[in-house]
Amino acid sequence: MKPEKTTRQQADESSIEGRFKELNLPFNDREALLESNRCLYCYDAPCIVACPTHIDIPTFIRKISSGNVKGSAKTILESNLLGATCSRVCPVQELCEGACVLNEDHKPINIGRLQRHAMDFADKNKLNFFQRGNPNGLRVAIVGAGPAGLSCAGELAKLGFEVICFEKRPLSGGLDTYGIVVFREPVEISLKEVQMIEELGVDMRNGVEIGKDLLLSDLVEDYDAVLISIGLGKVPNLSIAGEDKEGVFDGLEFIEQTKVKDLKTIKCGSKVVVIGGGNTAIDCATIARRLGAPDVTIVYRRSQFEMPAYEFECEFALKEGVRIQFLTNPVEVEGKDKVEKLKCARVELGPPDLSGRRTPRVIADSLFDIPCDMVIKAIGQEKPYDLLSELKKFGVQEQNGYIVVDPKTNGTSNPKIFAAGDCIRHKGEALTVVAVQDGKIAAASIAKMLLPSKTNGKKTQPPGTR
Amino acid sequence: MADLKTNFCGIRSPNPFWLASAPPSNSGYQVQKAFEQGWGGAVWKTIGAPVLNVSNRYATIDYKGTKIIGLNNVELISDRPVEVNLKEMKEVKRNFPNHAVIASIMVESTKEAWQEIIKRTEDTGIDGFELNFGCPHGMSERGMGSAMGQVPDYTCMVTEWAVSVATKPVIVKLTPNITDITLPARAAVKGGAPALSLINTLNSIMGVDLNTFDIKPSVGGKGSHGGYAGPAVKPIALHMLSAIALDEEVRKRTVPISGIGGIETWQDAVEFMLLGATSVQICTAVMHYGFRIIEDLIDGMSNWMDERGFKTIEDFIGKSLPKVSSFGDLDLGFQSVARIDHNKCIQCNLCFIACNDAAHQCIDLTTMKLNGNPMERPLPVVRENDCVGCALCSAVCPVPDCITMVEVESNRPHTTWNQLISEKPEVLAWDAMNEYRKKANFHIH
Repeated sequence: MKPEKTTRQQADESSIEGRFKELNLPFNDREALLESNRCLYCYDAPCIVACPTHIDIPTFIRKISSGNVKGSAKTILESNLLGATCSRVCPVQELCEGACVLNEDHKPINIGRLQRHAMDFADKNKLNFFQRGNPNGLRVAIVGAGPAGLSCAGELAKLGFEVICFEKRPLSGGLDTYGIVVFREPVEISLKEVQMIEELGVDMRNGVEIGKDLLLSDLVEDYDAVLISIGLGKVPNLSIAGEDKEGVFDGLEFIEQTKVKDLKTIKCGSKVVVIGGGNTAIDCATIARRLGAPDVTIVYRRSQFEMPAYEFECEFALKEGVRIQFLTNPVEVEGKDKVEKLKCARVELGPPDLSGRRTPRVIADSLFDIPCDMVIKAIGQEKPYDLLSELKKFGVQEQNGYIVVDPKTNGTSNPKIFAAGDCIRHKGEALTVVAVQDGKIAAASIAKMLLPSKTNGKKTQPPGTR
Repeated sequence: MADLKTNFCGIRSPNPFWLASAPPSNSGYQVQKAFEQGWGGAVWKTIGAPVLNVSNRYATIDYKGTKIIGLNNVELISDRPVEVNLKEMKEVKRNFPNHAVIASIMVESTKEAWQEIIKRTEDTGIDGFELNFGCPHGMSERGMGSAMGQVPDYTCMVTEWAVSVATKPVIVKLTPNITDITLPARAAVKGGAPALSLINTLNSIMGVDLNTFDIKPSVGGKGSHGGYAGPAVKPIALHMLSAIALDEEVRKRTVPISGIGGIETWQDAVEFMLLGATSVQICTAVMHYGFRIIEDLIDGMSNWMDERGFKTIEDFIGKSLPKVSSFGDLDLGFQSVARIDHNKCIQCNLCFIACNDAAHQCIDLTTMKLNGNPMERPLPVVRENDCVGCALCSAVCPVPDCITMVEVESNRPHTTWNQLISEKPEVLAWDAMNEYRKKANFHIH
């Protein structure tokens, strides 16, 4: 008997590689055609507004339905060079699909999967849509080749800029390459996007760290403009006793291993505790399960209502057999040499704090132990204070560890220096699609600043002025 | 429970649903199977002149993922010998004496040939004949089918030949490939036809393959026009049906009509019967889904009749004919405007762009507040004073009953064009027309 049709494929449980294959199924041609035909082709469609990069969604869907999938892919990439990644990792329920007028009527169009259909088509047929523009003699340095940097680099290259990306890691793509779980997005998808940007003539210099291998002052001096798109840092310390014990891991590093290492060589405990309530915590927990850990618990100090992770992600974790322990605060990592247990306190919620979320308060005499042999921290990311203080010398302001920019231009207080991506995201969500838009905004501003008379091209209009 | 029994010109059947003369009624096996499943009658696939068929024979038109909104064929009349068909007709009629079996016939245009086949066929005990004057491909090039139906004199002549020897009712099936359907209808009636059926298929090319440049259907790289049928032709059939049902000369002889053309559901069938069809014939829907659709055809029509209090089909046949008028007799004083139910509106704004680009620019996108909730996106709002009542917005709206056309007072005289030009022939010139418009409150947007 044929298994029931679902959007997710059942993992091949027999091998670890099988468990780390891309989970969501692509549409087949027939599904894509039927789904695209369901789109109403709204006038002034809300999905376009809801997409941070303002992809002309009704147009790309209409092109799928007319059999012009090539044109569809181009429509997507014109607004978002990282359309392939975004089609896989965007929280579409919160963005385009959440805005679809058919939500009210029956169910929204599956925009994410349709976008992936067009992106897969472009990939399969090795389609290239953009060329490097005629060299305009201007040079831009980009620090950090994550999605914001890549997006800005690509848009500038299209305009004829000479773009040099400095990336400290061996691979470009930032968190798309290193941070997104592989069963959401295989690493090749991100690397192909990097390759596309390189094919536009962008000079990718990997293994170069600004401040160590090269000085920021050199960049500011040698280039016509500089973009800072360095993202954020490692997972910070928990500031509890025992966290330096063997068996305590940085969540992002844990995820990274599954992207770049042979899965069989990754060490994973059998009783794993993940600390944190965001999507990274969910990723760590589900990865641990798929690596074979029989017992995985997420420990989060607030309740499910305050949890920053998406609801669908929580549901996914629960289906994967992850336990989520709410209202629990880690107090101490215990163990002789290695992690043996996590001492926790129970928490109750007090009045809302500045973020609007209720403040957790530890309940007296409520300590208890969670036996474990691995603790994974997923409580956010450190701010890049080293570079921030360097930037300060050039007049670039920071606030709470984030670079301050004018959101209309992504320009900093130094007219030559722009910034984009997670390092400016002092509020709102750190999403690939938002970083892509940041990069576009910065590219448009750099072009406007350096090519005042030439840049009236449609593609470089400041976004938000649809 | 409603009574669906049908008496069509003396041809009786348990219900008005007949298989049209077409591939589904090609053989005794098929017709018996259809009767077993509940079909009331069958017009046997046309027998007569010897033919040879080609492949491919069918091509379809799909729309937005929906298969077969239209189907075309270049298949000819039965390619099985006449005596085989006659033997099977006899057998079916013996097994199903209460079902209607009608022989569709087509031979070369000689009196002898037509009269001979009618006499041979009558011996099988069938209930009537249908003269195929409609087949638009293959046979027409040989002077048969629509070549007959397109020339009223031939229609009349051959009908006379047939009626003069037939002891069973003769139905003349009309071709729609003609400018004015009433002309061949009158000719058939003049020739003595006691019944009519329509429509046969329309000339068509179904499409072109963008890779091979072949037309569809393609027979080894070449194609020819074929007969178009299926849901897409229904509006054409409904018009032609009403045109002949209302024609004075056809009415005079009280000629029953069997309606054909794109019928797929009981609702389609009811529409044909409301416009004067006594029975209906179905082909494409069976070709798409098989004979089993008869269950819902019967059940749906019965339920509808019960709800409406119709006991027999005679109670509603032709009920919409008095509603069919002509443009010159329509009320120029009637005015409707579009009204949008903003509680139902999902803000796709298709009405706005349709009105703005293709109609009369009387829908605005306006920010409104409903139920105290600030709406982020603008809502379409009709400027009723400027709305001409064209109904395009209501047609494009995807939400049922969201945009309705509401009658409003026009403050215009309830006159018709015909009345107006007989009373004020001067309005046929623009100056007088402008003056009349002003006086009579015709606001042109």
